[in-house]
Amino acid sequence: MSMQALFGQLLVGLINGSFYAMLSLGLAIIFGLLGITNIAQGAFYMLGGFTTWMLFRWAGIGYFWALLLVPVIVGLVGAAIEKTLLRRVYNLDHMYGLLLTFGIMMFIQGMFVYFFATAGRPYAVPPELGGAYNLGFMFLPKYRGWVVLASVVFCFATWFAIEKTSLGRTLRAATENPTLTRAFGVNVPGLMTVGFGIGVALAGAAGVLAAPIYPVSPLMGADLIIVVFAVVVVGGMGSILGSIVTSMMLGLLEGLTKVVYPQGSNMVIFVIMFVVLLIRPAGLFGRER
Amino acid sequence: MSQETLQATSPVTAPGLKSAGRDLTLVWYGLGIAALLAAPFFFYPIFLVKVLCFALFACAFNLLLGSCGLLSFGHAAFFGAAGYVAGHAAKEWGLPFEAALVCGTAAAAAVGLLFGYVSVRRQGLQFAMITLALAQLVYFLALQLPFTHAEDGLSAIPRGKVLGTFDLDNIFVLYYATAVVFLIGFVAMHRMTNSTFGQLLKAIRDNEPRAISLGYEVHRYKLMAFVLSATMAGLAGSTKAIAFKIVALTDVHWSTSGSVILMTLLGGLGTLFGPVVGAAVVVSMEDYLADSGLPINAVIGAIFILCILLFRRGIVGEIQHRFGKR
Amino acid sequence: MTDASVSSPVLAVENVAGHYADSHILHGVSMHVSPGEVVTIVGRNGAGKTTLLRAIMGILTKRSGSIKVFDKETIAFAPERIARLGVGYVPEERGIYATLDVTENLMLPPKVAEGGMSVEQIYQLFPNLRERRKSPGTRLSGGEQQMLAIARVLRTGAKLLLLDEPTEGLAPVIVQQIGATIELMKKQGLTLVLVEQNFRFAARLADRHYVMENGRIVDAIERSQVTARMDAIKSYLGI
Repeated sequence: MSMQALFGQLLVGLINGSFYAMLSLGLAIIFGLLGITNIAQGAFYMLGGFTTWMLFRWAGIGYFWALLLVPVIVGLVGAAIEKTLLRRVYNLDHMYGLLLTFGIMMFIQGMFVYFFATAGRPYAVPPELGGAYNLGFMFLPKYRGWVVLASVVFCFATWFAIEKTSLGRTLRAATENPTLTRAFGVNVPGLMTVGFGIGVALAGAAGVLAAPIYPVSPLMGADLIIVVFAVVVVGGMGSILGSIVTSMMLGLLEGLTKVVYPQGSNMVIFVIMFVVLLIRPAGLFGRER
Repeated sequence: MSQETLQATSPVTAPGLKSAGRDLTLVWYGLGIAALLAAPFFFYPIFLVKVLCFALFACAFNLLLGSCGLLSFGHAAFFGAAGYVAGHAAKEWGLPFEAALVCGTAAAAAVGLLFGYVSVRRQGLQFAMITLALAQLVYFLALQLPFTHAEDGLSAIPRGKVLGTFDLDNIFVLYYATAVVFLIGFVAMHRMTNSTFGQLLKAIRDNEPRAISLGYEVHRYKLMAFVLSATMAGLAGSTKAIAFKIVALTDVHWSTSGSVILMTLLGGLGTLFGPVVGAAVVVSMEDYLADSGLPINAVIGAIFILCILLFRRGIVGEIQHRFGKR
Repeated sequence: MTDASVSSPVLAVENVAGHYADSHILHGVSMHVSPGEVVTIVGRNGAGKTTLLRAIMGILTKRSGSIKVFDKETIAFAPERIARLGVGYVPEERGIYATLDVTENLMLPPKVAEGGMSVEQIYQLFPNLRERRKSPGTRLSGGEQQMLAIARVLRTGAKLLLLDEPTEGLAPVIVQQIGATIELMKKQGLTLVLVEQNFRFAARLADRHYVMENGRIVDAIERSQVTARMDAIKSYLGI
């Protein structure tokens, strides 16, 4: 097997890892603040990809504008859903939240399948990011390098916003003790809307990044969310950085498997999850609760 | 904050009403069996067979949720894996109906043991995520193992004969055979729920730390319940595979896991007959929607949403709430 | 109600009832606090003192009756709206956030009115906190946590402060320091409602004591009456 193939697959692994990281980061924010495991995260990723495609197709708005606009649009859709639907289950058993987002996922995906059918739609790589660099041992398509870079920036920006800004401080406080935080005059219900918006906007952003790589299709996020769940279980519900590292690691391993044993590549993360659960039930970076 | 719990205690197990409840249950059983006997004269038998298979499946799912409070998002794995094994046994090994069912069911039990071992130590949402991910593993296996035939699945599975004499290609024979399988599974699960073991599971569900401090090996009991639930889901899957002569990837897909959750939710979580009613409703609905040209999954998603926001007790739960509650 | 010549009360609680899922219950509580007053709520454990503060703050959601804060009816308000009227809350469990460091804890509550202390002034008042400003909130000692909890509401400019057992479980030196802080707050014209077990501590500071028993206010003792009614107080508190 050639070096080009090996590094090519590792790059794909890194890209997938980036998507896992962005989706699981959003998942973690939402879970912390709302106590909801958002299984619709994959549907919002799809929404991001599709909105990118639609903006170009119907309004002629290109990739870079989409990268700015789409997360906002997806975030607003998420905020509207939080305000109208999710809000009603906060006082119930957490499982209702999971089931509710499952229904939302089925609805969104079902509507897109109905109107757009399941076939994938191509989205052109923006010309500025076309072509490839010759690194000596491999050709690095510019766009793929860009995806990894951009998602690292998104993840870092999210980390920075949570750890170092006043909004992040308030978010963390509301995650830890919502009642008391309200008693200090913070509009926690509003904050939850914002938090859900941010969480799904990250998935939407991942969808934009994915559009030129993977065909845009209504079911592009359906299986992805399950992999992301496995990634979260492997990493454990711990630190933000822990989940990013886990995502990248598992992405790379998946890429490596594609080279060594292609048939196992879509199973490897689940197998790793199984093994991790056997050895370290709380996950790699998690604490036993 | 008071949290509404997922499990409505069925009136059958309500303390203080035990003997009255038992009589009532017998009445229900009588009515149920009469309905089972009479049904094929009023409805299309094949439709009823499908309902019974999914009803058994939903009861198996409800067993785990109702008695342990564990929401599995991966029950299709047991349903589908059992279907593949039963179908393969009947078609390639030429095993008779009963033996094929046993093979399929045993396979589901084995998968259940494996998955349960790593998942029951986690609770709530984590448990749901893990079961979903593990089931996806089974899905990919079904996509790639040689004997499952990928996208084609298994088809033209011979139904064979019950006890070597009654031909299952006669739809009435098929229906009554399925009804017997269903009844065996249903009674077994009902008895388990009301046994000491079932009460113990409920005690663990309601207060796990206390059960641990009393010296119960909580994980082992949960694992037993998990395996039992997987086994019953397997029995349902095996029966369905043989009755419909086909096993496909949808049988192991997460949407099937979602479908069985919807059946249970719609019928009434934690109620005795809820999953049966829910299965009948969802199967009829899917049949209807398939020809309607409506976006099936979107409609099902919408029903899911409405159910959770407005109708959490489910059909049977709502009836129990309105009438005859204490 | 109140005398028309006196300025209207900062806090007027009329016939408030409230309940939890468990047994802490309020039955028709009435009390009032005028501007600049320090009022304590005393009583035995489980009398409903903490619950009363939680009801005023709007954290206890199942409540009825009338609670006026700065002349605004708040019985239907969410906690954040009540806080924004200029109410600061120091909860019994201190409520220091583990995921926030000391400075972040201090900066968390939004300003609700003009005239709060600056961070610099707060650090001058509590030099310990300045030293520990980068530590996670829950790494502090009990006394430091209590100071942080008080400092946190001083920054917001709140004019009515609700303090729940500020001296509980603290060493005498620290109790003294907190007493001094409360006197300083009083001098600055803040209005305080203090739930306190330590009556000797409360007696030094308070203009009036409300005595609670089984979710009711059973007595109100003015500062001038304290010495004369010492026996009754002792029997109320079981000391």
